[in-house]
Parts: sequence; structure tokens; C-alpha cells
Amino acid sequence: MTGNTTTVRHNHIDLALHQLQSGSGRPLLLLHGLGERSPDQIPTDVRGWAGPVFALDFTGHGASTLPRAGGYTAEILMADVDAALAHIGPSTVVGRGLGAYIALLISGGRPELVHGAVLTDGGGMAGGSTEPTSITVLTSLGRDTTPDPYALLELGRDLRPPDYASEYAAVAVAGSLAHPAITVTAQFRPSWLEAVVATRGVATAASTAAALAAYAES
Amino acid sequence: MTVADPSTFPGAVAPTRQYRIDSDGLGIAVHEWGDEQHPVLMLGHGGLDFAQTFNGFAPLLAAGGWRVVSWDQRGHGDSEHAFLYSIDADLRDIVNVFEHVAGRNAVPVIGHSKSGVMMINLAESNAFRFSKLVNIDGMPWARPAPDVNEHERSDALAADVKLWLDHRRRTAVRERRPGTIDELAARRNVMNPRLSRDWMRYLVSVGASEHPDGWRWKLDPSLKFGGFGPWRPEWARQKLAGLSVPFLGLLVEHADPLGWGTQPEHIEPWLPRDGHVVRIEGTGHFPHIERPEFVAAMLLDFLGAPA
Repeated sequence: MTGNTTTVRHNHIDLALHQLQSGSGRPLLLLHGLGERSPDQIPTDVRGWAGPVFALDFTGHGASTLPRAGGYTAEILMADVDAALAHIGPSTVVGRGLGAYIALLISGGRPELVHGAVLTDGGGMAGGSTEPTSITVLTSLGRDTTPDPYALLELGRDLRPPDYASEYAAVAVAGSLAHPAITVTAQFRPSWLEAVVATRGVATAASTAAALAAYAES
Repeated sequence: MTVADPSTFPGAVAPTRQYRIDSDGLGIAVHEWGDEQHPVLMLGHGGLDFAQTFNGFAPLLAAGGWRVVSWDQRGHGDSEHAFLYSIDADLRDIVNVFEHVAGRNAVPVIGHSKSGVMMINLAESNAFRFSKLVNIDGMPWARPAPDVNEHERSDALAADVKLWLDHRRRTAVRERRPGTIDELAARRNVMNPRLSRDWMRYLVSVGASEHPDGWRWKLDPSLKFGGFGPWRPEWARQKLAGLSVPFLGLLVEHADPLGWGTQPEHIEPWLPRDGHVVRIEGTGHFPHIERPEFVAAMLLDFLGAPA
């Protein structure tokens, strides 16, 4: 990892927040996909951003704490991002896959701190079912390195009902200072993301670079 | 007026055996009542409760010839506080307790409230672990306010999420609020308004620990009543319909802050084959605490001779 890494505390988890670029203006926060970690360098599709660029390792991923005995939920990862936003202030957020879903949640959870969320393709985009499924209970998966197998298991199958996702989108649209509050660039759109796209006030864009260019000007 | 000794309560008996098992690196406290050679009967507590809330009820089941096994959910009672909490993780801890005391043998199971919901889920996918299932007021059927419009629902979600995120920002340094035994008992009475203050004081003596600045509940301070998420209460009924073991559901007459307000007509269409539901009159969400002898007799009859 190049650049500076700061530790941000979320409950008993130490989260690794990497600064990939310095600069003035509104920060950009990158959220990785399922089983990934923050990139070492600024990805090509966000290179045009003039302000500081940060990337967060979620709980159980990258250089963040590996918790014992699992218990992951998308909502806990939303709180990871909230801890990062408390540190860097209002930001534009770009999420890949699982990170796109988390970007959606935090844009509804903290609309005053998320100045535009860009939802892009990446690992863990689909999530689990939209309805309850028979639960496979697996034990003894623990490892001593990230990514945590429990994170892969639990975050790869978390329930994502479309109306739950669209509620967050509606709250983000109502409360965000950015217009649009959410921009979807992902090509793969599982039902939760289709519901987000269908929410009034949510935009689509041909590329992440195009979405960010619009947010940079607003 | 004489104030009762908080470390005792009529009919309450501390567990015969207490120990911890390792659940994938996390210590889960197990509490047992009755002869170790007797057949196992699993007994799961509700959210924000702990196994020793059964100190009045479990001995009555043990007297019926069962080895009653309960456990503290992660972050509750004497179990370790975890980094993370979820129903998936609770189910994993439960399976580890099952494996420890019963291996792969089918045993009867009683679940109250949150444990009742979890046991329906587990019995649906792990039927081989269950010989009979009793659910005590753990059969949610609908959202608390299903008829609000979309705008109101979004406002409620926004408020809930903000409160929860604010709470998460404080949990790194938060401790349970200290107080006297009476203060802790009074706080808990808000959630359990139908239970006596003496019972609450007794619960403090087994569910809290004493520190230089007062008593604190052992419950992980990062855990919070209420919440939000993608899960829908009505989903519990869908799995109930598919259960393959004899099922007895107990519902209650009076609404309680921790209950779901479910009545028999909400559940009867979803009962599985060999399932029935009974409403316990004159009680709230904790019928096994309000009328322990009556409920124990009913359950012992349903369970049959220990085997």
C-alpha cells in the first residue's frame, strides 16, 4: 500500500483508511468489493478527481481487524463507512459490488455526509436472495488472515429485498445536497439495484469518470 | 417494609453446572439444570435476556426428568462480547452448543422470543437436531406498523438508521451505565413491565456484575434494543409451515414492549403438520416467568416421558 494509512476505530474494530491522493476540495472515498481490499493506487476511472482520495478496508478485509467468529452484516459495514466519514468529513463515495450496496446504505443513513454515491460493478454485487432461504450453518471456518471466510460467507448471501434498497435510495434523494444523490454505472443490476435505478431522483451514467465529473462540479 | 435479599427469589435455583464452550474462537457460557445423565432438553433465551432468567422455570423442567441446557447468546450474560453480531452468528453458536451436549442426536428444544424465531429457522434447515419444538411467544407475523405510507416508512427508516449510526460511533468507549441494584431493576422493568420488582432485583444479582462505581448489566453495551434491516417478521411464519417435528406454540394475552402482539389467528394457517398453538391467559411476553408452574406442566405434558 502506498500513501498514508490511518486507523479509524469502529466499536472494537480498527479500520484501515488509506489515503491514495492528497489535494484540496471534497474527498472521494472508495469502497471495495466482496473479498477485495483497497487498491494500492488510484484506479483509472477516478484519476480525474482533484481532491483527496481515500480507500477503506471493511471489517475483516485488507489491513482492518479480523474479528473472531463472524457475524457480518451489510449494516455493520455501513457503520464502518460512517466511522470513516466522521474522520474525513463529507465526501463523494464510489462503491464496487458489495461496496456499491454499502454506498447505497450510507447515502441513506448519512445523506448529509455523502455528496453523491456512485454504484459500480464489482464482487458481491448480487448478495443473497430477496427472500428468506434455508440457512446453511457452517462452523469452524476461522482463519488468521483477511479476507475473513465468514465475511465471504455472510456478506455473499445477505438478504437484499428490492424495497429495502429503494427505501435507502429514497431517503438519500430526500436528504442529500447532491443532485443526483446516487448515480448507477454498473452494468450488472440485480433486483435490488434495479429498484434503486427506478427510484425517482437516481441517475445512471455511462462511466464512473462521467459520474464523478458531474459531482466534482456540484 | 422489608426489602427482599436480591440474591434469592422464591423458586429460583442457580444452574447445577456452568461452563464455557469454544464457538469458533468465542466463549459461549452454558448453564445446565438437572441430572447430567438425564436426556437433554434445550432452552433458548430471548434478545437482551440471558440463560439465568430461566432460574425459576428451568428447575421445574429438570424436576420432570430432563437435563435442561441453556446458553448465553454472544454478548449476553456470561458469554464473551463479540466483535460482530448477527442471526447467522447466533445460529452458529447454537449449533456448537447442540454439538457439545447432543452431538447429532435429535433433542427437544424450547425457544423464547428471539430464540423461538431462531429455532424455527434452525429446525427448518437442521431438522435432524430436533425431536420436538416449543416456541414461547416468538412467532412474529407482521411489521409493527404495516399500514404506514411509503413516505412515513422512509422517515422511520432514516430516523432508525441515524440513531443506530450515532450509537455505533459511541460504542468504542461506551460502558453499561452503572447504578444500584434498584436502579438497574427499575430500568429493566421498563422492558419487562409485568414482572415484579423483586424478580428484577434478583436478575440484577445474576445478570449484572458489581464494579467500584456500581452494578452494570453484563450485556455488551454495543447491543441495542430495536433495530432495522432487511429481515421481515412475516418470514418466520413461512418457515414455520415447513417444520417436520411436533410443534407447540405459546402465545400470550397481553402486549409487552418486547413481544410481537401475535394472536393464534395470525399463526394457525401457517402451523405445520403436528403443530398447534395455545394462548396463555393472564400473561405478557414472559409466561414462563409469570406462570412458571402452569407453563412447565403444559410443556412437560407435550414433551412426554424423557427419552
